[in-house]
Amino acid sequence: MGNSGIGLWGVPLAMLAGAIRVSTPFIFVSVGECLTERSGRINLGLEGTLVMGAMSAYGVALASGSPWLGVLVAAGVGLLLGALHAGICQLPRVNDIATGIGLMLFATGLAFFLGKPYIQPKAPNLGAIELGWWSSIPQIRQALQVNYLFVVGIILAFGMAWTLRNTRWGLIVRLAGESVDAALAIGASVGRVRLIATSIGGAFAGVGGAFLSLYYPGSWNEGLSSGQGLMAVALVIFARWNPVRCLWASLLFGAAGAISPALQSVGVTEGYYLFSAAPYVLTLALMIATCSPERSLRGAPGELGAVR
Amino acid sequence: MRAALERIVVPTLALLASAVLFGLLLAFYAHVDPFEAFGLMYEGAFGSWFSWQNSLTRAAPLILTALCTALPARLGLVIIGNEGALVLGGVSAAAAGIAVTNAPPLVVQLVMAAAGILMGGAWIALAGGLRQWRGVNETISSLLLTYIAIALMNHFVEGPLRDPSSLNKPSSWPIGDANMIGNIPGADVHWGLVFGVVACVLIYLFQRFTTWGFAMEVIGGNPKTARMMGLDVGRYVLLACGAGGGAAGLAGMVEVAAIQGRANASLAVGYGYSGILVSFLARHHPLAIIPVAILLGGIGASGGLLQRRLDLPDAAVVVFQGIIFVAILASETLYGRVWKPKEAN
Repeated sequence: MGNSGIGLWGVPLAMLAGAIRVSTPFIFVSVGECLTERSGRINLGLEGTLVMGAMSAYGVALASGSPWLGVLVAAGVGLLLGALHAGICQLPRVNDIATGIGLMLFATGLAFFLGKPYIQPKAPNLGAIELGWWSSIPQIRQALQVNYLFVVGIILAFGMAWTLRNTRWGLIVRLAGESVDAALAIGASVGRVRLIATSIGGAFAGVGGAFLSLYYPGSWNEGLSSGQGLMAVALVIFARWNPVRCLWASLLFGAAGAISPALQSVGVTEGYYLFSAAPYVLTLALMIATCSPERSLRGAPGELGAVR
Repeated sequence: MRAALERIVVPTLALLASAVLFGLLLAFYAHVDPFEAFGLMYEGAFGSWFSWQNSLTRAAPLILTALCTALPARLGLVIIGNEGALVLGGVSAAAAGIAVTNAPPLVVQLVMAAAGILMGGAWIALAGGLRQWRGVNETISSLLLTYIAIALMNHFVEGPLRDPSSLNKPSSWPIGDANMIGNIPGADVHWGLVFGVVACVLIYLFQRFTTWGFAMEVIGGNPKTARMMGLDVGRYVLLACGAGGGAAGLAGMVEVAAIQGRANASLAVGYGYSGILVSFLARHHPLAIIPVAILLGGIGASGGLLQRRLDLPDAAVVVFQGIIFVAILASETLYGRVWKPKEAN
């Protein structure tokens, strides 16, 4: 194998490469879910949005020859699915947890149904920025291939944090999430705010899916997503509803996901599956440590029923 | 009376709306005659004894996993860790079965069932306990526990329990053909269906006719009142979560002992997530779970026929199930609004 040339250094290097590659969809999905949850709504259906985004991006890229058009369409599809979720949850007495899971199964099924013809053909790839040009070691060059969407994701995370903190819009979103009464008092329509926040969250998840099918692993098939969409929910809690911390948490989750194959490639064959559970164990431990029967998680939006 | 009629009319409307939506998708995207497709679906789901057996076999794991959401829901808890309880129940049942593989088959089966029920029950009771004593949200913790459960399954199936001869699909050692639980006499349906139906009926009787069942209803209605009445809420939370998780764990045991013969990744194929929705569609009523699960199992069973006759992708029936889930969940909002009270007009 290629890793033998640099021996055990392959493990941290593969983790770095994995953190960059694997984390990109996490960044998009979690920053989007972060916005949605800050407005007081939870969307458990992002797994389905991600898969639909992946399928539609692949199909459009294949038909048009332009992967970026595919990304755009994936965002549009995600926007629609997010709006559908928000619209249904807005009806009185409808449970948002169950609706999210229902839409997850629906969108996943729809993606497999519509995406059947795209399993064989090869769509154009998104391409990458070569940050490893200074090195002659192929492993380093490969690890430092950074996709444009990774950069976009970083900008989005910081931009989202800034917007939430400093703009009128950010204030209204936070108010809708913290206290419906306060939002109503300043004349904001809570329903509309949540509709917009959930739609944008869905659009981000769609772009995350486009990354999966157009860059890494870079093909469309039914086993493409390994639960990244549902993981985002854990990630947002781990990041305590802060978009920049979502970015760091995504990198951490990405590295944790990459550790199993990396250890395998240097001959560690036992116990590596337990590492893939590490992010969830950490999130659960964090919840246990910071919750008490009297108060819920620190940083949790007050109106977010799902975490009370 | 009006409420009872509503409980039939509203879901029927939602089902009709789903059928129209799915029919439009078939007609305008797949260019298939929707009436022919629905006819075939009926044939493939309930048209013959052969189809019925297929549908009932698919309904069995949905009935058992739905109970994992339905029981805690009685107390106002939203548990979505069904998949995790099923997976770990299956793995521990397989491990227990392998450990006592040379005992008489009935003993092996009882040990396997006990292992599956205890493991699944403990897993969900953990989420309930964390809720009760640490204030950790049970919905999120049970979702996290599902991912931990799947990682544990991969660990055991590819590590300590691995049968070296299973190359393409890492699996545990087989439990042995003699120890499989087999089918209900006279039908090509395994015993899991009977377990599920019996569990639903028992739970219904428990909820309807026992003091504990009544206490749970009080807690679900108003936890504060329940505490003031001196009810030990924690005990009921553990009981409901443990029993619900146990049902899902038993579903895992059935997957191992009636279908796979060993534990492997086929345990985590989404029965748990469908079970959550079956429970919501049944409005967490144990007896309503049975027909809902059979309906969804039937739709799933008809996928093969649609694929063979109309060349539709097998995901077509998943789309239809998804539309039904979402439509019925959204139709919750219609209750109390179909007939407007006269005074309001």
